[in-house]
Amino acid sequence: MKGDVVLTATDLTRHYHVDRGTFRTPAVLKALDGATFTLMKGRTLAVVGESGCGKSTLARLVTMIEKPTSGMLHIGGTDVTAADKATLMNLHKTVQIVFQDPYGSLNPRQKIGHALEEPLLVNTPMGKKERREAALNIINLVGLRPEHYERYPHMFSGGQRQRIAVARALMLNPHIVVLDEPVSALDVSIQAQILNLIARLQEQFDLAYLFISHDLSVVKHIADEVMVMYLGKPVESGSRDTLFAQPHHPYTRALLSATPVADPFRIKERIVLHGELPSPIAPPSGCTFHPRCPSMTDICREKAPETREIDGCRVACYHPKTY
Amino acid sequence: MPLLDIDNLSVTFQTAGGLFTAVDRVSLHINPSEIVSIVGESGSGKSVAMLALMGLLPWTANVTADVLRFDGQDLTTITKPELRKIIGSQMAMIFQEPMTSLNPCFTVGFQLTETLKIHLGMNRAEQKRRAIELLELVGIPEPEKRLSAYPHQLSGGMNQRVMIAIAISCNPRLLIADEPTTALDVTIQAQILDLLLKLQKEKGMSLVLITHDMGVVAETAERVFVQYAGQQVEQQSVKGLFARPHHPYTQALLNSLPERSNSRILPSIAGIVPGQFDKPEGCLFSPRCHYTTNLCLAKPPLPGPADFGYALCHYPLLEGVPTNYPGEVRA
Repeated sequence: MKGDVVLTATDLTRHYHVDRGTFRTPAVLKALDGATFTLMKGRTLAVVGESGCGKSTLARLVTMIEKPTSGMLHIGGTDVTAADKATLMNLHKTVQIVFQDPYGSLNPRQKIGHALEEPLLVNTPMGKKERREAALNIINLVGLRPEHYERYPHMFSGGQRQRIAVARALMLNPHIVVLDEPVSALDVSIQAQILNLIARLQEQFDLAYLFISHDLSVVKHIADEVMVMYLGKPVESGSRDTLFAQPHHPYTRALLSATPVADPFRIKERIVLHGELPSPIAPPSGCTFHPRCPSMTDICREKAPETREIDGCRVACYHPKTY
Repeated sequence: MPLLDIDNLSVTFQTAGGLFTAVDRVSLHINPSEIVSIVGESGSGKSVAMLALMGLLPWTANVTADVLRFDGQDLTTITKPELRKIIGSQMAMIFQEPMTSLNPCFTVGFQLTETLKIHLGMNRAEQKRRAIELLELVGIPEPEKRLSAYPHQLSGGMNQRVMIAIAISCNPRLLIADEPTTALDVTIQAQILDLLLKLQKEKGMSLVLITHDMGVVAETAERVFVQYAGQQVEQQSVKGLFARPHHPYTQALLNSLPERSNSRILPSIAGIVPGQFDKPEGCLFSPRCHYTTNLCLAKPPLPGPADFGYALCHYPLLEGVPTNYPGEVRA
């Protein structure tokens, strides 16, 4: 059913230890620090943020490439952190990923047909003939032609490769697909084709998408729910319509105002953020956004704000804009 | 008098598979202190045209032009030493990848003072003073310390600021920015674009902004040139282009932007940009165009009149509808 919860994450955290030489203690890098969200069938959650905000770490945790340092992750009712190997094997099939770079994510020595069949070969007892049939089916589904089965990745354009990557992710009939910047390497006209494809596939298979992107205009188009992250922490999350119409967190507002809009007639509010993203190894005290925040006060420096609910959005800020 | 005059610039490459035309009869006229944008998808020849102007293409490239004039000087007949005096000082360029366009083996200060030494003949004390001034101008904190930093010690945004500082070090009349913000985050992109616009205004430079991002075009440029597969398909004022595109490609490109669409399925352009071996005989956009007729397939179009944005089309659009179109308009 559309709207069924397929994944719940509570306070999901991932810390890395970074060596700093023989005589110094390793630093702790908080790549992801307390993310709470749910994914629902047939719906898209978009994760937005600048580089280094923990978007890709989130993708690695959700796809179970890595284990969280702390926090809970339930996929289809199973607790991932406590699951044994056999359960994990089964869970892996339900979560698939599409990467950003369609040039780097396909093996140049592998024919497309073989690349598509590999997930089946590893995970299912299907025979050769069935696998070929399934691959040809999916090739057709993503808008490629049967003769592409025998070709190598270098014979395809960027857009076609991304179609192949999407096809490969769908081979095992997953419930959840993580899309890690799937269109940011593509041209505008090709971007629209791929966005249409993933929208159509979602409708057809009731897929839950975790859509990672830095492009807010794409997110506004495709997402149902949006989560904005800054230095490993979600700063604001809520439904797309509320978040884009009434952004509460100063970072969300700055991000929205910094995104160029293809409309020369629009008069825009410009919030220019000064400075750059601080190092996640030594994040600022209190609210991590305070050094760049236009509405910073003393308390922001001292204590990190709790997440609270305003107009249906979860906002982590002492001074959110209210409407 | 325009600062830069280019008429029918073509660039061809001799490749193993035959002659490849990367830029096909492109004309540009840029006035002093004007912001012009060249927009197009990858492979549309927008960078190659500007690299040809700067003389930065490899020897395999064959550059021809009817007119190639900068500030009254004819660049086609000028001697190499003369040209080198103009490039880098009067005419400067910044590139897409700040990390790869700076030399990792030398400090920022060294790379910055190099231009000052060669073009302006400054002595070391003057060089250092000017370098610090420039870094301050582009908004780098603690410029004295940064002079001895290597590119890998700075972030992408900071490196792009250094590139801008190098480019404007000799007060150029024309600055060409080739996708200056594509590799950067949005908030940093906003900072860099603001910086470029501020410098453009202060110094009265002309700015050529090469980009594929229609949002950046809408917010910065005054005049836009649209390129497709090496050809210039349309040129207009920014407001005119977004309100009333005259070429079907521009129209389709604008329609396929997620932010201009209300439906879940975007009106995308089918197919891909033609490559070296599948260039159609007639109009290059004909395989992907809504309005293609037999004429489009058979004969390449000529640029239209000025009030149609010189649109390279047999049936340039007026208010979104093709003119002189035989039969009913589909779609």
